[in-house]
Amino acid sequence: MATPDAQLGPGSRRIIRLRERDGQQLPEIVVDHWQRLRDDEPYPALDTLPVLVSLARLVNEREQLAARSGSFGVWLPGAAEPEEVAEAVAALPLVAIEVPKFTDGRHFSLARLLRERYRFAGELRAFGDVLPDQLFYMRRCGYTSFELKPGKSLETGLRTLQVFSVSYQAAADQPPLYRRRI
Amino acid sequence: MYRYDHYDQTIVDERVAQFRDQVARRLSGEIGEDEFKPLRLQNGLYMQLHAYMLRVAIPYGLLSSTQLRKLAEIARKYDRGYGHFSTRQNIQYNWPRLQDVPDILAELASVEMHAIQTSGNCIRNSTSDHLAGVARDEIVDPRVYCELIRQWSTFHPEFAYLPRKFKIAVTGAVKDRAAVRINDIGVRVVPDPEDPSRHGFEILVGGGLGRTPRIAEVCREFLPREHLLSYLEAILRVYNRHGRRDNKFKARIKILVGALGIAKFRAQVEAEWAQIRDGAMQLTDAEFERVAGHFEPPPYRTLPDRDTFVAALRLGKDRTLGRWVASNVIAHKVPGYSIVMISLKPKGRPPGDATSEQMELIADLADQFGFGQIVVTHEQNLVLPDVESDRLPELHARLTAQELAEPNIGKVTDIIACPGLDYCSLANARSIPIAVRIGQQIDDLDYIHDLGDLTLNISGCINACGQHHVGNIGILGIDKQGEEFYQLMLGGSASDDASLGKILGPAFSSEQIVDAVATVLSTYVDNRESPDEPFLDYVRRAGFGPFKERIYGHA
Repeated sequence: MATPDAQLGPGSRRIIRLRERDGQQLPEIVVDHWQRLRDDEPYPALDTLPVLVSLARLVNEREQLAARSGSFGVWLPGAAEPEEVAEAVAALPLVAIEVPKFTDGRHFSLARLLRERYRFAGELRAFGDVLPDQLFYMRRCGYTSFELKPGKSLETGLRTLQVFSVSYQAAADQPPLYRRRI
Repeated sequence: MYRYDHYDQTIVDERVAQFRDQVARRLSGEIGEDEFKPLRLQNGLYMQLHAYMLRVAIPYGLLSSTQLRKLAEIARKYDRGYGHFSTRQNIQYNWPRLQDVPDILAELASVEMHAIQTSGNCIRNSTSDHLAGVARDEIVDPRVYCELIRQWSTFHPEFAYLPRKFKIAVTGAVKDRAAVRINDIGVRVVPDPEDPSRHGFEILVGGGLGRTPRIAEVCREFLPREHLLSYLEAILRVYNRHGRRDNKFKARIKILVGALGIAKFRAQVEAEWAQIRDGAMQLTDAEFERVAGHFEPPPYRTLPDRDTFVAALRLGKDRTLGRWVASNVIAHKVPGYSIVMISLKPKGRPPGDATSEQMELIADLADQFGFGQIVVTHEQNLVLPDVESDRLPELHARLTAQELAEPNIGKVTDIIACPGLDYCSLANARSIPIAVRIGQQIDDLDYIHDLGDLTLNISGCINACGQHHVGNIGILGIDKQGEEFYQLMLGGSASDDASLGKILGPAFSSEQIVDAVATVLSTYVDNRESPDEPFLDYVRRAGFGPFKERIYGHA
């Protein structure tokens, strides 16, 4: 939190990210530099900046992406079919899923299937209409970073991420309680 | 009944804290109403016509006397001294204040209750047979499976923002008293075809009422019981991914099942299920035993069979008692015991309402005449499941003193009605006043009993909360140029022979509808083969002709 908002670089923002510490995934607020590009947007002049592109652009411009020194990842619409995208994104360091409207829950299934069925191991991020009160569910479905909708409180997000200490059912994070109950 | 351990208690306690935080952020303006709405709905908090309405979950309708006393206390402290039992076996309070709701939830948590997922586009409270555990035709106690489903669906992270609400019903008996065929998923316990000593489930899918009423179809004929949750998860995942989200009136799973056809829908579910069936979701014997242990039979006394005594009461000289035994007392699986139904449909009162005093009396009676348990039925009545048959006259006297001995269970005045325009912002017409007036018009108890078993359902709008499509007689309130009108439907059933009623003819004004119902009844009485021919059988045999002739003057 040392950097004031005004001094963040262009295209940078604060997000919440889970960090592995002592075997636990603890959320923290970090400055994020990934540049999310529309299909008609040029690559940033600064070659080291990491970029997120659509799946179509990844397929069409793989050579250009590989030639840059910055990392690249993909952003997917929440309604993407995991069967169709899983292979293309498998080895990427970051997949970001757009939540078009927070009441549209398709992305929860997409996230779980990418994690659990297709074993995606990189960072899985939610962006778009991302509100603090959905973060706990997102985390259980396998998301590891959260770009809140502009104007939403990151501090509230840190709190709501950890709102429950017990869950009944299986998800991306753990088996069902009936296999753990003591 | 199921008792919480520290895991279950932690979850409801953390829910109270979460909702308190959400309400505080709403009141401070950090969250706007659009964002707050799904949060409050998933806690059963509706914005009604005049105020908020809070719906409290009563899992599969089962309450302890301690819990019922708490519900009475909440009604007195935070509401206007009464509660309304709903068709999903829950209770609703019509006048809580938003800032009080976190405290109400904390009170509920102190008796192992909550309002989780009683509304919103998520998996709702499962409903079940109100005679679970005591019915003579029961195969296994369905509440064990209801509780497993409750835990699986509580805060399910993937299925909290479904296209639309999702309702599951479970029955473990031969006769379906849980209306499983009008639920999004119906679960029926059936014997294992390969080993009749074991059991599993038949899974039905795609039932529902509302604008597009539909009877559920069989998705899987036999599901081994250890796969219950993985199969439900597969259905929910197919629905979450592919159910329509562009039109809320076409968003229920029944529309998806209808659009794909059951064969294609089933193929998608089975393909998804094949991927997860043998994973961690498979239920363990230890978990079955743990949950089943909570539903062990209470310590019944060894008593002689009293069926003859009960039959004598039914036919005896005391006609008030006799009628009550005939309609409100059901045979129990244990000799010497009876199941007693308490009607919440006394003449001239809104169906399903109970005052704090009545709830407290019923809680006391559950302790004195049973093992401290009460069941809410989806017909909006209450059950004392374990009454010694010898004590029926005494119990009847106690109930009579509190006007809780209306002898009309399953009869025409045992009306299911939604709250209607008096309370609900969706309704087009009033429901409760119609129910009240029908009860006043048909007030001859001998006539009511002569009519036999007959269901009458009233909905104040097309959303069908009063389940009018499956009433033997169904009434639907509609709006015609700003005036309340009522359509009359005949021939519906929610049971094993589930069917949807059909509209008889042109709609009636609120004055005419009560007379029209009376004419339907007299047409049946005058034309039935014998008093043994039930109303529904007569309608199915004779068709609409005789009714139309009397009501509209032509067939």
